[in-house]
Parts: sequence; structure tokens; C-alpha cells
Amino acid sequence: MTNAPVLSVSGLGKSFTLHLHKGARLPVVADVSFEVHAGECVVLGGPSGAGKSSILKMIYGNYLANAGTIRLCHRGEAIDLVDAPPRVVIEVRRFTMGYVSQFLRVIPRVPAIEIVAAAAREAGAPAELARERAAVLLETLNLPERLWELPPATFSGGEQQRVNIARGFAGGHPVMILDEPTASLDARNREAVIGLIDARKAAGTAFLGIFHDEDVRTRVADRIVDVTAFAASRDAA
Amino acid sequence: MNAPLLVAENLTRFYGGHVGCRDVSFMLDAGEVLAIVGESGSGKTTLLNLLSGRLAPDTGRVLYAMRDGETRDLLSLSEAERRHLARTDWGFVHQDAREGLRMNVSAGGNIGERLMGIGDRHYGNIRETARGWLARVEIDEQRLDDRPTTFSGGMRQRLQIARNLVTAPRLVFMDEPTGGLDVSVQARLLDLIRSLVADLGLAVVLVTHDLAVARLLSHRIMVMKSGTVIESGLTDRVLDDPQAPYTQLLVSSVLAA
Repeated sequence: MTNAPVLSVSGLGKSFTLHLHKGARLPVVADVSFEVHAGECVVLGGPSGAGKSSILKMIYGNYLANAGTIRLCHRGEAIDLVDAPPRVVIEVRRFTMGYVSQFLRVIPRVPAIEIVAAAAREAGAPAELARERAAVLLETLNLPERLWELPPATFSGGEQQRVNIARGFAGGHPVMILDEPTASLDARNREAVIGLIDARKAAGTAFLGIFHDEDVRTRVADRIVDVTAFAASRDAA
Repeated sequence: MNAPLLVAENLTRFYGGHVGCRDVSFMLDAGEVLAIVGESGSGKTTLLNLLSGRLAPDTGRVLYAMRDGETRDLLSLSEAERRHLARTDWGFVHQDAREGLRMNVSAGGNIGERLMGIGDRHYGNIRETARGWLARVEIDEQRLDDRPTTFSGGMRQRLQIARNLVTAPRLVFMDEPTGGLDVSVQARLLDLIRSLVADLGLAVVLVTHDLAVARLLSHRIMVMKSGTVIESGLTDRVLDDPQAPYTQLLVSSVLAA
């Protein structure tokens, strides 16, 4: 690919210091480096505990990186997320980078469609368009229409996760971070998610994700980055 | 980027020999929600009172970007100017709605009072505006002439919010707004606050000891202990990857429901 990467991670390192446990240090990863271009899906591979989720969380800003840089193309400018102030990270989350976690976390008693529409409004869509977009996503993800006006608390795990995916995709962000979005889905709904990812890739969205399901992984991944290469040595941390 | 709405510079306040709040500095942008968390006695409420001009700092100052675009030091405002600011461009939502409402005045009167305070004299308009706000905070419009003494805790809190927002303030201070309410009522109130804050583009300084409330409502968190800010940053980052020993203790002490 000849175009500049939209996301470029270099020398990223992370360890936890557990002050409540005699200051024990838990090295996670060191010297993580890779790039993601528009329209491609890069998948982080490696066994559980290798630090895949931690890398995603550093990029999205939930974890503090101890070393390195995370360069992101945000509104036409390259910024480093590692030392970006909170207000910049918030703006990045509104307009540039979306995130789908493994579990849905929402305010109780808000209807499913409203959760998804709110995410679209957050990214700047007017109310009516946001609701339309939410409906299209929920339909694409096979969520029965009778559930749309209900809060997801009583939904099955798979239904909740589809609301979660719809919410993550509602903003139409050019960079998407996916942390095992298909883990709790059946075959038909995995298909729907793969279809959604493919369509967005074709439209230029860059994806960085973790997929444990091998079938999904092979089908969506353009490249796999092996995270075991970034193992942090316990002595170095 | 516009100038920040509120700037706190080295705010310090002692009570006798006891520290209320020491050397607190931060900036708040328009539309930004900042949560101040910490245990009782950590200085959260002292800081809120310093920021809102209800208490004068021993040292330090608070700057505010007035509606006319001029940035003023709160201490330089006359009492009349400060009161005008507090009644128009600011809101203050108390934990105990009885502190923020007139309990022996009707719901409509409670909402209308701030409008009258800024010179609105048309009874019909005031009444209609009050009715609209009742609907907006999900209180039955039939209750317009009822006193808040007849309201439930959750309704009182929603009425207090309507009373504060009717003058379209740009900054609202909230002191444990969901504290003391039943859990069933909290969720609805949180959702209401969140949608109003987003729709109206409000900046909020929210004091809470409830980390879940901070997570749902705020963009940024400041953690206070013994009157000082020991950690601050993006809400998700502070809660998911706390750095200071005390923040790690706070976060790890919460029971997951």
C-alpha cells in the first residue's frame, strides 16, 4: 500500500504497578510497533494474556502507555495519542475512532435503538438521521424489531452484543477498534458482522481487532500481527 | 480552540488549621463534564463551593468566561454581578432538593422564579415555559400547581434540574445529584441528566463518590484525597488504569453488581 497509515504504533510499552500488592510490577508488552492503513483490517494474534486487549486499550485511551507513540490521522492531522490531553482524546472518540468492546455497558432502562442512535448523534448525525442509521444497523445485525424499543438488560448475551456492535458502528468512524466483537454470536450473526466489516472496509474504514474465532479471523484479516513478538521481559519491566 | 469556560488557579482554602482544599488547578471547556470523586471529607464539596463563588479561597482564583466573552476573576465581581451570574449562566443542583427548591411554592413557581429574576414579567409565557420544562424532565404537566412537598424524591430532583436549566445556563454545578435516591430512580435521573447535558451542550462540575455515576456522566475525573487532587485524566483511563495508590484502592473497592 502506498498511502500513509491512518494509525501507526511505535515502541509502545505497558506495565502495571499494583500499589495495593506491595507495588508489584506486571509487565504487559514492550516495543509494540505496527501500522494500519485505510480500508484494511489488521488483527492482533497471540494466546490469551499476550497483551492484545491492553494494546487496544492503550490506543483507545483507557490504558496509559508507559512508552512509545500512537500516531493517528485525526481530521487530516497526525496526532500522538499517548500524550494527547483528555479533550483531544474525547474529540478523537467522537469523530475518528470507534470501539466495540466485548460487553455492552449502558445506562439502565434506555431502549436499544436509542442507545445506538445516541452514538450516531454523538458523532454529529442529526436526530432523525441518527435514528434511521440505528434502525438500519439493528436490522443488518438481525435484532428483532420488537426488541428495538426495549432496554437491553434482559436481552440474551448475543442480542446485547449486537446492540453493542450497532452502537460501535453507528458513528461511522474512519478507524474502528474491535475487541472480540463476535465472541458471543452464533454463525448467522457472525456472518452479519463480517458483512458489516467488509462493507466498511470497502468504504475505506481502517480496522484493528482481536478475533478468537479462527474462521472470522481468516475472513476479515488482511494482516495478522503476532503480539508474542512484543512480550515484555519481567526483568526489563 | 475557544478560551476555556472556567479556570481554577491554585485554589486553597483552610478551615482553621485544617485543609479544606489545597492548590487545585484545572480548566473546564464549554460542554465538558468534569467529575470530582473522593471519599467524604476529601475536599470535593469545598472545591465545588470555591468554584461556584459560594466560598472565597484563601489563595488562588477562579476565572470565568462571561456571556459577553470577557473573562473575569470571580473575586472581582460585585455581589450583584455574582448573583446575576449564579441565577442565569450557572445552575446548582444540590443533593438535597429541599436546598435547591422553594418547598412551599408550586412547581411552576419554582421554575418561573429564575425567569422572573432575569426580568420576564409575562405570566402566561412564564407558565407555558414552566409547563414545557416539566414535560422535559418527565413530570406530568398536571402537577404544575402542586408544591414539591407532594413530590417523590426523584421528582423533586428533576424539578430542581428544570428550575436550574430554564435560563439556559452554560455551567451547572452538581453535588451528588443522584445521592439519596432509590436505585430504580437513579437510573432514570442519570439518563435524563446525560441527555440534557448532551442536548444543551452544558458544562458540568459534578461531585460524586459514586464511580459508576462518574463513568456514565463525565468526560474527565479528578480524584481528591485530603484536600488535594491526587490524580486526574480521561474518565475511562482513571477508572480502568488508575495510577495513584489511593485511586487504585477506590476503584478496586467497588462491588460489581
